[in-house]
Amino acid sequence: MIWAAVLIGSLGCYLEKLFGFILPPALLDRPMIRSVAALLPIAMLAALVAVQTFGSGQSLVIDARLAGVAVAVVALLLRAPFLAVVLAAAITAALLRASGLAT
Amino acid sequence: MTQSPNGGKRPIYSSAIGIGLATGAYGLSFGAISVASGLTALQTQTLSLLMFTGASQFALVGVLGAGGGVIAAVLTAWLLGVRNGLYALHIAPTLNLRGIRKPVAAQLTIDESTAMSISHEQIADHSRHAFWATGISVYVLWNIGTLLGALGASAIGDPASLGLDAAIPAGFLALLWPRLRDRTAWAIAAGGATIALLLTPLTSSGVPVLASALIAILAGYRLRDRT
Repeated sequence: MIWAAVLIGSLGCYLEKLFGFILPPALLDRPMIRSVAALLPIAMLAALVAVQTFGSGQSLVIDARLAGVAVAVVALLLRAPFLAVVLAAAITAALLRASGLAT
Repeated sequence: MTQSPNGGKRPIYSSAIGIGLATGAYGLSFGAISVASGLTALQTQTLSLLMFTGASQFALVGVLGAGGGVIAAVLTAWLLGVRNGLYALHIAPTLNLRGIRKPVAAQLTIDESTAMSISHEQIADHSRHAFWATGISVYVLWNIGTLLGALGASAIGDPASLGLDAAIPAGFLALLWPRLRDRTAWAIAAGGATIALLLTPLTSSGVPVLASALIAILAGYRLRDRT
């Protein structure tokens, strides 16, 4: 089933790119299309941050992930590169768990 | 590619390589997170080769890893990929592609190559070089990064003890961060996160993130005359 997601997901993402080269550029003149396309990643990435920080199946929990994300915010404020942000979050959560301070 | 006599394209190539190296490092974390989410190294590499758009790739493995199912994972990846189509619409007249170059350029149309192409829009020739150089550089280094990250994570054990489950939201946050440029963006982000958290206990995994897309569609409709 994972293969189905990988292949169908990839095909759709490729066709989205290809359609942009085939469809008439006048579509861009529609303000609704432009603003929805700009806002979609903002709403969905924020939702992914929230769900992946607090979600555990169908319940919401506070655990070491939240501390990791908080450290990631600090790293982003300090303009750290992507890899450093992700590593800082992982190391924070791992240390809290290893020391028994959080689950 | 032809080099102009005054070397005016050299800065384009060095930026392209710099951007490629930065995204390669980020490909490393994608590879590791994907394997930690339960995909094999081969599935992870296939995503970087075929899907080749970071936010959609992270979302697909994030939703699958959280038990969200194939349909929710695919829809989330597609919705996050819509913007690439808009990028292609925007840069198509400048790139002026024919024949086989069109389907190849389509695969390379992502945030980075589009941004580089647009930043050199005044000179069409430079804009084209910026697109191809950045697209190829990011494609190659993103895939090398993915390979190293996936193999590295396959070699080590429990993802939670390494904090990789905290790396996933941090990765999404780092993708979101540069887009939070104004009050509207913050409001949309807050709305999306709130809807997703409210729906988490009520719906099956994967639905909350899809529902957040409705916020963007409604807000986009209301703001359509302001952009």
